[in-house]
Amino acid sequence: MSVVFRKPDSMADVNTHYCPGCTHGIVHRLICEIIDEMGIEGDTIGICPVGCSVMAYDYFNCDMIEAPHGRAPAVATGVKRSLPDKFVFTYQGDGDLAAIGTAETIHAAARGENITIIFINNTTYGMTGGQMAPTTLPGQVTQTTPYGRDVEKAGYPVKMCEILAQVDGTALAQRVSVDSPKEVQIAKKAIRKAFQIQRDKKGFSIVEVLSTCPTNWGMSPVESLERLRKECIPYFPLGVYKDITAKENSND
Amino acid sequence: MGKINVIFDKCKGCGLCENACPQKIIQIQKDKINSHGYFTAVCINDDKCVGCAMCAVMCPECAITVERQVQK
Repeated sequence: MSVVFRKPDSMADVNTHYCPGCTHGIVHRLICEIIDEMGIEGDTIGICPVGCSVMAYDYFNCDMIEAPHGRAPAVATGVKRSLPDKFVFTYQGDGDLAAIGTAETIHAAARGENITIIFINNTTYGMTGGQMAPTTLPGQVTQTTPYGRDVEKAGYPVKMCEILAQVDGTALAQRVSVDSPKEVQIAKKAIRKAFQIQRDKKGFSIVEVLSTCPTNWGMSPVESLERLRKECIPYFPLGVYKDITAKENSND
Repeated sequence: MGKINVIFDKCKGCGLCENACPQKIIQIQKDKINSHGYFTAVCINDDKCVGCAMCAVMCPECAITVERQVQK
């Protein structure tokens, strides 16, 4: 018998603080697997956000920096410009990236900063107790929208991948999900492509991962995956919104 | 032939592995809690495990190690 699956080396051997069934852990592991496969643990610098993943620096063995709320792309810009040979990624939630950090994100993309953003979209503010986020679906019940999100008062959800795909500096904008083993493999491929784009200095790459929040959705982890499949994916369609390498490959 | 090994103190008993297992041989046992107070996942039939690693792919805690007979 040989070991075919185990914890990646670049992932710290500690218990996470995430709630049971939270898919943050899956995405952490995918990033660590890519870091291991590319052999870049010593050359990677991660930027942590504010939100549930605020303590992600404890879970990666590569160097990590904690950024102020929403400012991870700005911190990543500084790190990447001073150390252009290092791999720089940010790990952000939807409250961090799509609410307070919208300006930083869009301008980092517009400048074509050579960084990778892993964007976790779970349609709620998880850490603070489940308030309405910019990505909350219409009609979704949260702490601050007890009768469901009313689009006439609270507006419509922000679709970051579609927005960033319009920006010229973006090299990759892809939305993936982690609701089944198959989708997890697609997510892993997307994250690998994002790191490869950064290695080839092609520009800004963002991978949006649709995720669950069983605690604040008030569901079991398995029911949350079901809701992700039935409600979130139809509103936030999966797929590649922009990929400049696809064009080059098709010309070959 | 395969074998899974669940790290007792890392498992939070979320049940995503139970849901992902194509052989339906993983269960959350209800008679023993770990040091964090969670019931944990166990493989109830080692003979039926094929070592596909789908449970480990879905495990958010990296608590599952999978072994498999690899043909050379």
